[in-house]
Amino acid sequence: MSAMGENADASTFENVVCPFCGLLCDDLEVERQGTDLKIRKNGCHRAVVGFERALPASKPQIAGKDVSLDEAMTAVAQMINKASLPMYGGLSTDVGGMRAALSLADRSSGVVDHAFSGAAKHNMAVLQQAGWITSTLTETRNRADLIVIAGSDIHKLHHRFFERIVCPEETMFQDGAIKRTVVFIGDGLDQSGAKGACIDEVITLPCPLEQADEVLAALLARMRGKPIASQDVAGVAVSDIEDLAKRLHEASYSVLVWAVGELKVPEPELFVHTLCETVKLLNRTTRSAGLSMGGGEGAITANSVCGWQSGYPLPVSYASGAPKYDPEFNSIDYKIASGEGDLLVWLASFTTDLEPPETSLPTIVLGTPGIKLKRQPEVFIPVGTPGIDHAGQLIRNDSVVSLPLRALLAPRHPSAAEVLSAIEAKL
Amino acid sequence: MLIKLTGGRVYDPANGVDGEIRDIYVRDGKIVSPPEDGRVDQEYGLHGRIVMAGAIDPHTHIGGGKMTIGRLMLPEDHRGDPVCHTHLTRGGCGHAVPSTLTAGYRYAEMGYTACFEPAMLPANARQAHMEMADTPMVDKGAFAMLGSDDFFLRQLAAKDDIEAIKDYVAWTIHASQAIAVKVVNPGGISAFKFNQRELDLDEQHVHYGITPRDVLLTLSRSLKELGVAHPLHVHGCNLGVPGNVETTERTIAGMEGLPVHLTHIQFHSYGTEGDLKFSSGGARIAEMVNKHKNISIDVGQVLFGQTCTASGDSMRQYGNTKSANPKKWVVMDIECDAGCGVVPMKYRDKSFVNALQWAIGLELFLLIDDPWRIFLTTDHPNGAPFTCYPHLIRLLMDKGFRNDMMQKIHPDAAAASILGTLDREYTLYEIAIMTRAGPAKSLGLRDRGHLGVGAHADITVYDDNPDREAMFGTPVFVFKNGEVIVRGGKIVKVVHGDTHVARPDFDPSIEKSLRDYFSRYHTMSFDNFKLSDAEIEDGGRGGVIIQPTAARSTS
Ligand SMILES: [Zn+2]
Repeated sequence: MSAMGENADASTFENVVCPFCGLLCDDLEVERQGTDLKIRKNGCHRAVVGFERALPASKPQIAGKDVSLDEAMTAVAQMINKASLPMYGGLSTDVGGMRAALSLADRSSGVVDHAFSGAAKHNMAVLQQAGWITSTLTETRNRADLIVIAGSDIHKLHHRFFERIVCPEETMFQDGAIKRTVVFIGDGLDQSGAKGACIDEVITLPCPLEQADEVLAALLARMRGKPIASQDVAGVAVSDIEDLAKRLHEASYSVLVWAVGELKVPEPELFVHTLCETVKLLNRTTRSAGLSMGGGEGAITANSVCGWQSGYPLPVSYASGAPKYDPEFNSIDYKIASGEGDLLVWLASFTTDLEPPETSLPTIVLGTPGIKLKRQPEVFIPVGTPGIDHAGQLIRNDSVVSLPLRALLAPRHPSAAEVLSAIEAKL
Repeated sequence: MLIKLTGGRVYDPANGVDGEIRDIYVRDGKIVSPPEDGRVDQEYGLHGRIVMAGAIDPHTHIGGGKMTIGRLMLPEDHRGDPVCHTHLTRGGCGHAVPSTLTAGYRYAEMGYTACFEPAMLPANARQAHMEMADTPMVDKGAFAMLGSDDFFLRQLAAKDDIEAIKDYVAWTIHASQAIAVKVVNPGGISAFKFNQRELDLDEQHVHYGITPRDVLLTLSRSLKELGVAHPLHVHGCNLGVPGNVETTERTIAGMEGLPVHLTHIQFHSYGTEGDLKFSSGGARIAEMVNKHKNISIDVGQVLFGQTCTASGDSMRQYGNTKSANPKKWVVMDIECDAGCGVVPMKYRDKSFVNALQWAIGLELFLLIDDPWRIFLTTDHPNGAPFTCYPHLIRLLMDKGFRNDMMQKIHPDAAAASILGTLDREYTLYEIAIMTRAGPAKSLGLRDRGHLGVGAHADITVYDDNPDREAMFGTPVFVFKNGEVIVRGGKIVKVVHGDTHVARPDFDPSIEKSLRDYFSRYHTMSFDNFKLSDAEIEDGGRGGVIIQPTAARSTS
């Protein structure tokens, strides 16, 4: 038994960070038996799938034929040298992988874009136009007396969000646990997590998820003292919306939770903006905060590292020599559709589900062995999973806390950072 | 290899050298005595040039979550200052909240060789260090923020033994890899989470019942008795509030002689006289600082133009959001640990308030008489981006230039300030104290900030240009660890600096209470909270340097 865990004879690891969703739970106990891992404590089923999966044996390949790692990397370097606009996509990796991807993109005047930045750009647009007041996981866990789950299925996305944040046994500012109300805006959101001693009341405003924006807009309108013409909004009685407004005003610390990638509303940016303006308005008299969830596949890490190294959120183009940000025209989807991009380098080192976009362009995949692929890429290089094969860091989805990842197994494959740096050295 | 820097005019206040012509010898990255055999491998003729130690910025927000929020929020500012990659350097962006890479390059290009991030939230320490690791060229260090974190406030409210509090402070310095401790709006960041909108020096926190004065006295005493070189770094109560000069005076008087560093004091030197109920408290604060030798300060000078304020002071930054320009801002409550507020700001010379802020900062510089207790900062980027330092140095060294600038500001502000009557011009020796020797001494960097034998060979060479802005903006040479990294104000070699930390003693039994606290309330485990040396050192972005602390004492 070793808390540090890296030495070869240790068989049980405590406080293991799970890299398979943005919540980065770090209380897992994982046992190693040979080259297999078993979760002994605190893993959700997503963690079980990730840690306990048996990955197929995998070798670097060019056109489907096994080659040495060096041959594969040389081929990639040659393809990047020839490309006029290489596109570095997926970017499902840790801080080290992201640093290496940015360095390579800068050197090769390419584009960087995360698989999920199409959703994240809506948050970024609100940040860049109006800003927000937000909270973090520990603060919410201990302080919130009213939690609103807005238009997105947080329980489905983060299986332990309710257990760890909403329904703890003990909170800091009262004896035992705080009594809190949980409000779900949207029909069909999984409410099964909202249970236990600290849950006072569960309220549902059962609008279709596609119309959650209408309910939120009505809520803000009522809070601003504007009349609402009809008796109901998207199937929710105006009186219920007014009741929520009253509860928000009376709460000491409300937290409005959303996951931008899960929203079903037609204009996610407008939804997030309305939510954040609601929070701002509440703060004139009481305390309230937003909490943005999601951020799986290293999305928050990729955006943060890109933010501090380039100044901009993803997607960023280094085509001119200096980083440039444009959420539409620098996205890899656009660069593929417009024909500007001529080489796709896809990086996916956590789940095996993160497929590259369909394209006939030459494609290089740095991926988890067994990654789903619609077609054989020109070059495939298996990479290790951060937090299983190698150490590293990831940034949690509240964008504040970052966690250390440990190597639990003797590395089966090199890290993405090692491969990308070696490729850059060959350019 | 022995390098000789020949014939330069040397300003090395730590060793009492004031503009004497001296030769400096460097071997293996250190300053050494002249070789007995006289053999020199490489010589730089520096006749007529000015030689100082590499500059040290003791308070500059270069790394951590709130800076990255500022970066992500302000693409329009970056677009005005794109930075292309070269065969040596990476692409990035500059101006108000530069990319980490560009910040490192530009600091070095101005002759700086060390920068200290003053507001590292322990909960965000890992990211702050990762950002600093991606800030090349310069040495780094960070101050851990305490004083609104619930563990400390619970200790204080429970009247825990001071030794247990000291153990916690020391543990935090270790766990977050800090060199010092900063307190921001003492207790106020926490009070804001309980919906208090102000917390004056003797006002009680609604939940804990403690006051900012309790926090300040406990933390400053703890650091002194832990032997940490840098005194408690204090961002006081009521930042930016007209009338806060009184709070600042009471704070200085109330420190009972304990060593304290009051940061960006310009923002805490405001009176309420005049039609706009906004006036200068510069002279009053300067008098207090001159009288109280236990106090050191940095100014947080405001200079005109677009910038972005970023602070741990969520309470006061929320108050400042009404002045946001452009109109967007972020306020955060963070991890039962701290908070932050990021508010873009455009200081205009034609605005009475902004112009008076500018004048107040300069009054403080010119009225505080001991340059060893005042450091040159703009509180980057809060008062202005650090790239304005050469301009600020010229304002301090050149009265004619200063008076010309004063003609351009709002006339009522010029009339409301005594700045025009101040004739002082800083000397090169005093500038060298304020930007090198003073910060190094205050931070306890034993072999930085001076040019004596045994010092690290971080050396900056300038042309003796009477236009001091041009002089300090483009050093002729910058040496880092004895290597030339900048020539003619341009990078010629990219290096990675080290991270300076302090390691005061603590009784490990504090970890038992912390472990229990983390498991009961936190969303991160105690073991993962701690940042190891390996995380900083791995990847070849610089090492960890442990600076000495004095023996722990009790009183
Ligand atoms: Zn500051």
